Formats: sequence, C-alpha cells, structure tokens
Amino acid sequence: MEHIRKIFADERSDDHNAVGVSIERSDGLGHVTGKTQFYADRHYPGMLTLKMVRSPHHHAKILNVDTSAAEKMPGVVRVLTHADVPSNIYTILRLIQVEPNDEPVLAVDKVRFKGEAVVAVLAESEAIARDAVDAVRIDYEELPPVFDVEEALKPGAPLVNEYHGNNYFTYEGHHCRRVRYGDVEKGFAAADHVVEERYSSAPIEHAPVETTGCIVVPEANGRLTCYSNTQALFFTLDNAGLILNTPFQRLRLIGGTVGGGFGGKVDVITEPVAFLAADLTKRPVKFSYSREEEMQVSSPRAAERIYIKDGVMNDGRIVARQIRLYVDAGAYSRHSPYGTTKAAAHMPGPYTIPNVQVDAHCVYANRTPSSAMRGFGVTIGDFALEVQMDKIARLIGMDPMALRMLNAYRDGDAKAHGETTKGAALVEVMQEAAKLADWPLDGKYLSESSGKGG
Amino acid sequence: MARVPVVFTVNGTEAAEFVEPGAMLSDVLRDKLDLTGTRVGCSQGTCGACTVMIDGELILSCLTPAQRVNGKSVVTIEGVATNGELDPIQQAFATGFATQCGFCTSGMIVAAKALLDANPDPSRDEVVDAISGNICRCTGYEPIINAILSAAAERRVAKSA
Amino acid sequence: MARKRGRGLSAVNYPTGMNLGGDPSQALVHATTTGTFVVTLSSVDLGQGLKTVMTQICAETIGVPPDMVLIDTADTDTGPHCMGTFASRGTHRIGNAIVMAANEARAVLMEVAADELEVNATDLEADGKGAIHVKGAPTKSISVIETALAAHFKHGKTISGRGMFMAERSFPEPETGKMRPATCYAHACTIAEVEVDTETGEVEVLSLKSAYEVGRALNPKMVEQQIIGGAWMGISHALYETTEPYYPDRAHGPVDFNEYLMPGPGDLPEFGGVILERPASDGPYGAKGVGEMTANSPIPAIANAIFDAVGVRVDSLPITPEKVLRGILANEGALEPAE
Repeated sequence: MEHIRKIFADERSDDHNAVGVSIERSDGLGHVTGKTQFYADRHYPGMLTLKMVRSPHHHAKILNVDTSAAEKMPGVVRVLTHADVPSNIYTILRLIQVEPNDEPVLAVDKVRFKGEAVVAVLAESEAIARDAVDAVRIDYEELPPVFDVEEALKPGAPLVNEYHGNNYFTYEGHHCRRVRYGDVEKGFAAADHVVEERYSSAPIEHAPVETTGCIVVPEANGRLTCYSNTQALFFTLDNAGLILNTPFQRLRLIGGTVGGGFGGKVDVITEPVAFLAADLTKRPVKFSYSREEEMQVSSPRAAERIYIKDGVMNDGRIVARQIRLYVDAGAYSRHSPYGTTKAAAHMPGPYTIPNVQVDAHCVYANRTPSSAMRGFGVTIGDFALEVQMDKIARLIGMDPMALRMLNAYRDGDAKAHGETTKGAALVEVMQEAAKLADWPLDGKYLSESSGKGG
Repeated sequence: MARVPVVFTVNGTEAAEFVEPGAMLSDVLRDKLDLTGTRVGCSQGTCGACTVMIDGELILSCLTPAQRVNGKSVVTIEGVATNGELDPIQQAFATGFATQCGFCTSGMIVAAKALLDANPDPSRDEVVDAISGNICRCTGYEPIINAILSAAAERRVAKSA
Repeated sequence: MARKRGRGLSAVNYPTGMNLGGDPSQALVHATTTGTFVVTLSSVDLGQGLKTVMTQICAETIGVPPDMVLIDTADTDTGPHCMGTFASRGTHRIGNAIVMAANEARAVLMEVAADELEVNATDLEADGKGAIHVKGAPTKSISVIETALAAHFKHGKTISGRGMFMAERSFPEPETGKMRPATCYAHACTIAEVEVDTETGEVEVLSLKSAYEVGRALNPKMVEQQIIGGAWMGISHALYETTEPYYPDRAHGPVDFNEYLMPGPGDLPEFGGVILERPASDGPYGAKGVGEMTANSPIPAIANAIFDAVGVRVDSLPITPEKVLRGILANEGALEPAE
C-alpha cells in the first residue's frame, strides 16, 4: 500500500529508527505454531464448568425458581441464584459515574430479555452442567414486551427497566443527549431545499472466533486469579470487587491475549459470577460462552434509527442539519449511554454546518443489551450521513465529492460540540481517493487543502 | 459411564488415553495431550478453528469423536513444523502479516498444509476453496490467501533444490 | 435481467479515544541489569498488534532497537491502570504513556552513560542500535548493556520511568452538548464499485479504493492489516450481517456461522489504498487511532454504489438481496418497496 509522503510533509519529521517501519509482529511466531496461549488453554485439576439457565421469555415476572432437582444430580457441585450474589445490581460504567445501577448479575424478580441469566449451575463436566441447566425449573408470568425504539418511548409502553423509571437513559434531566448549535429552524427557512430521510440498522454481532470467557482459580492465600479475555482488566476487576463486596486486593486479572474483540469483550459479564463461584466452591471455575450464547446473548452492536433533516442551498452548502437518533440499548445500559453521547458528538459528520441540532436517545427495549462494537456510536451514523450526502448531491445535480469538498471541515472551523477543528485531512483523503479511483473531480478542488485558508 | 481406550498417533508420537465415550478429538488433544494449539471456536463445526488432519484428510476435531481416530495418524498445528523448522506456510503467515488475533491461524495453516501437500501449485481459486471452511474475523482473508500462495512457491523451490 | 455496475463514495472521520472518563492509561518502564527495557502495562492486545506497536514506541523513545524491548502485559498485580482496549485509543493513549515513561527512563540511562564517559548527558545520543555516544563523535561510546550494568552495580540507580496519559475529563453541557469528546481525528475516503444482479438482488463488491489519513503509521504493515480487515468487515456489515434479520421482530436469530452470514475468502473485492500522515500534535510520534474507522467508510460507499447501479436506495442495514430486489421490482412498479 502506497504511502504518500509529500502531503503534510512540512508537519512531519520522518527520521525515526523504530517507528514507521514494519517490524514483524511479536506474536506472529506464537500464532503460526499454535503456541500463543489464550485464556482457555489452561487446565486445572478439579475445574468446574459454569453454565447459565437463561430466560426463554423476552419480558416476564419470575414467580418461582426451583433448583432442587439440579442440586441433587451427581456431579452438580453448586447452584447459584441472585441471593448468592453479595451486591447483585450493577452497571459497568459506574466506575466513571455513569449511573444508575440497572442490571442484575442474576435476575431477581423479572427477566427483561430472552437469554437473560437467572441461575448459574456448577458441575464437574460440561455435559453434566448442560443436564443440570435443563433440570432447573423456573415459573414465569409473561409480560408484554416492547421491541421498537420509538414504540418504547410512547406513553403506555411496557416499562423495560424499573431502575430508570422510563424507557430511556436520562442525561442530566434530559430525555436524550442534546446538541444545540446555531438555529436549525432559521437554517431551514433560508434553505433552497429541505431533505428529510430515515435510516436504520439491525443489531450486529462481533463474532470473534474465540468466544467470551474466563477461568477463575482460588489461590492458597485466599486470593482469586482470573484468566480472562476481557478488553479491559481494571473495569472487570473493580466491578467484580464491588459485586462480590470483597476487598479489591483479593482479585487478580491476567489477560492481554485475546482471540478477537471488536468491542464484544468490554462487558463485565463472565468474570464476576465466575469469581463468586470459585470463591464459594473453592474450586477452579471455567465460564465460556457457547457460540450460540456469543451470537444471541452477548451484547451486539446496537440497532439504530436515525432521522436526518437537512437544509441545503442550490450551490450545495448545507445550512442546517437536524438529527433525531435512537440507539437500541436493549434491556440494560452497559456502555450505551456513553455510546449515545459519542453518537451525538459525532454529528453532523466531518462537515462545517452553521446550524445543528441533535437529539440522541438511548432507549431501553426487551432485547439483548447492546454495547460497544468497532465504530461504537459512529458506524451507523456514518452510514446515514454519507448516504444522505449522496442523496443531496443527486437532488441538486452536483458531483457528490464536490459537495463534500464544499462542506468539508477545515482547520479553524467551529464544530457543533463547540471545539475548534485542527488537524483536519478530509479534503486530502478525498483528493487522493479520487486519483486512485479516477473519480471525475473538478480540478479546482485538487488544489484545496484542509489547512487554514484552504 | 465407563471410559474407553483410544490409541492413535499424533504428530508422529503414539498417544494412549482413556476417554469418556463421545468425547471429541478436540477435547482429548487439548485437555489430555496439552496440544492446545488446536483452538475451539464454536463446537458446531462452523468456524474451522479446530481443523486437524487425520491420515492426511482435513477434519473438524470438535465434531469428531476421539474413538474414531483409533489406529489413525493425527497431525495438529504442533506437528506442522518439522524438527523445530517452520514449514514455509508458517513462515509466510508470520512474515506476510497474515495473522492478527491468531485464533483462526492454527486451522488455517493446517488447511493450507493439506492443500499444498496434495497440490503444490494451486491457483488462487484453489487456495480460496481450501480455506473456505475456516472463518477469520480480523484479516479480511487477503493476506492469508497471499501467504499461502507465496508459501506454495517457497515449498516448490525447496523441493526442487 | 442483467448485472449492472455502479460507483459510490463516502468520506468520514473518526475520533481517537473517548474523553468522557478522562480516558487514562499508565505505563512503567524499567531496564534490566543488561539493558533490556521492560514496559509494564495492564493493556490488552485484541489481535490488532498492540504489543508490537508499544515495543516500537518504547524503542524509538529510548533509542534502542525493538529487540531490546519487552512488553509485560496484562496482569493487574503488576501492570499499572489501563482504561481498556477500545475506542481506537490504544496506540494513542497507551503510546503516550509509554513515551512519557520511556523519556524518564532514558534520562537516567543518559546520566549513567555520561558518568561512565565523563561527559555531559546533554551531549549524548542513543544510536538506535544499542550504543550511546557523544554527538558527532561516534567512537566515544558505551553500550546500553554496559550502561545498565553500571547503573545497577556501580551507581545504584534505577533506569526506570513512569508515564501516563489522561485528558482533562469533559462533561457535556446538558443544554447545548458542548464538550470535548476526543483529542484528534483520523480520516478516510472510500470509493466502492459494485455489480448488482437485477434478477436476484445480489451485490458483488468489485473494488474498494480508499485513502486513509492516520497521523503516523507506526508500523505500516499493521496499519494495512487494519485497513484490509476493516474494509472486509465494512462489506460484511453493509451486505450480510445481523443477529436479528427481522428486526425489530426478535424471531429467527442466527446461532452459528452457517446462519450468521459474512463474506468468505471467495467474496473479496480488489482492495486499493493509499496512506497519508498528518501527525496529531498530541499523538505518540503523531499517531492517531484507525482500527475502527476502516470498517466505516465502505458501508455508505457500497450503499451509494448500489443506487448508482440500479437506482435503489436501501436505507436499512444490512442491504440484503431481498431488499435490493424489492427495490428493483418497486422501481418497475411490480412491488411495494421494502423499508
């Protein structure tokens, strides 16, 4: 792949020894020989398998949990319910003051999505654990579910998550994350065209080839060592300490070698209950998601719905952009309140638009909680924004790259979230892509730059 | 359940184990023989990470009962190198930046070895075919295909030398 | 019925890191008795190659070859805090922490070398090959190994350093959303060419040609890995993937790789790309985060190319053959359009 060094050459010194060179990956030989050690490549005598009994319903009251038959099965060592979890209700981002706690480690009085964990069984083998899962009896009373983000926000919609009191995350008293910059109504009034469109996406799975999981080993001194493929060791350690209500120094996380993450392993989901199980049984415990759990129970990329209303002049200038955006968080917050703010901050895309309004809603629905994924808060927004740009270009009969050149942000431009642009390079990547693909860009744009006055 | 004996050759060495009836080859390789280079990504036979060779044929070890390999010869990723010398396929994956997380790599390399053992000069389409049962989520496959093609050339040179 | 071609474009930027929590990461660097520099972290390598890039950053900062650097991660008993590997933050945040720690360690290394050579530390430079010499006088030199031994056994000094990255935490203003969400931005432009089968609605991506601005490609081949792998994932998101094919209806969720569709090795387009570097003023050697962005630009480019080919707008992801075909039939007046 070609490096084009002449562009921005005056902002760069290239006399380095160890950076800017393609040294071989330090993990490559381990990978090609099979010697790289992933968390699951460890074996401990007496290691137990943890399996979850999961809700078959999207939304239901739990009337009764009967674990007696499972507990009597040979090879079943312990069965855990919410009553065994010292501090059962948590939310991952409480560590950076994003609250309230809204999610149980093990469901208490109701389930809020199909696949939610209710009971954990610990058995001598995976086969016994699977049989024990089938032997746990849970009586439910089904509740009406809500699946659509806009339906969920209507009055009278079933309440998904009582900890929020509404089917949305509250941002400092607001029902959505707001961005207000300029006056979009004035912009629309002055515009030659108003383009209003709707975009949406369905949830997407990270699908790492290695599923999410961990092994927890009780040490002789009473500490617990967790071998994990988490993407964030201290988020996991700190949350697990709070959930177990145990001194943090009892817990140790070892990881750092992961068989693909893509955001799917930032949830603190297998470790706390595995820590607890190892602590209670004094046995090593392994909790790995099956592929089916990885596909349907682990957090996906959120579905989003995005409404864009643009005010556009005949010459291609976009003078107002109003965004109404809904992130389907599923039943619990996990990282979605943060991702929704990130989505709001990303608007109106890499363009300088004088009037911008964003309402970004983090909505709860009775589906698998969504969470971070590669491009968190941005991927679906970029899809919507960039298709919108294509529609505008065709509406006014302008080359779509020229339209973007005209509106592209440049150094010194104000952004809707109040920062000033620096280090922009949108103009330059378009110029180079145009050359690479023989895009018929008007020559006058080839001499422009992102720099001041460019 | 009474455990049953399984005796087979793995990477040139005889292995004899008592296993649960129905135990999968992948579990025996990983848990009993400590050959953890064979990865398990799905236990459904749909990802290819657990690919090994039995008597030269590719199989998915997560779906193969260990009893089925009695008397047979199994090659895992740990048996691809000879006397500590990497196979050109392994070299090409490392130098060609064809690994990222590494979790699919074992299965990919075993699949590539089966291809090149049988067909020293494959076309790009034949390489694509050979790895189409192996899922990689990181690389976009392009560097893997290129690595296998360059390894094929390297192996041909080594053979003619 | 025919196969029709079209081209589409997208241009995007992507924030490095996410500032809502201050986005901190820390690093410790120390030299062993024989001058191997150990970087201690609690950071996670997801496969993107964090360990390799962190090796390069430390080696560059201290002025030793990469094979004199070891990365020790990730153990919470020994590694200092890292927020985690996400938000395209690793290279930038952890890299900055390592630059800071390595500079502190380097200063001690140079002091000891200066004592050994009886010169001023400011007159010394490391040659990137394992020796330290007086500027302009390469023969007046001492090896890094000898310097480390002297520090340990003669001077009683620890060649070590502490580093951390943290941005001032940004709390969004509730009314206006005024905030500082990221510190720098990477850029990409992708031009997609597709061919659409008007009989089946199937889309074949023929080529993705892209330009990426990455701040600094610390390891160019590994940047390419992110680019190609990301572009493939973008195709996959655009045309194949979902856990809920009838969203918002929860029925028919895939549970394996037979049902969860992704392009295979036989479905690849021609990948064309060029890399630009406009260094971030706050990045380690100017680097920005690019791991996530590479999957974003192909998606709308493909959607726009489909419209260019057959005049069908599918504004809901994934753009399945069914949706494309319904659009084609709707344009012909034969069917109500899909969502």
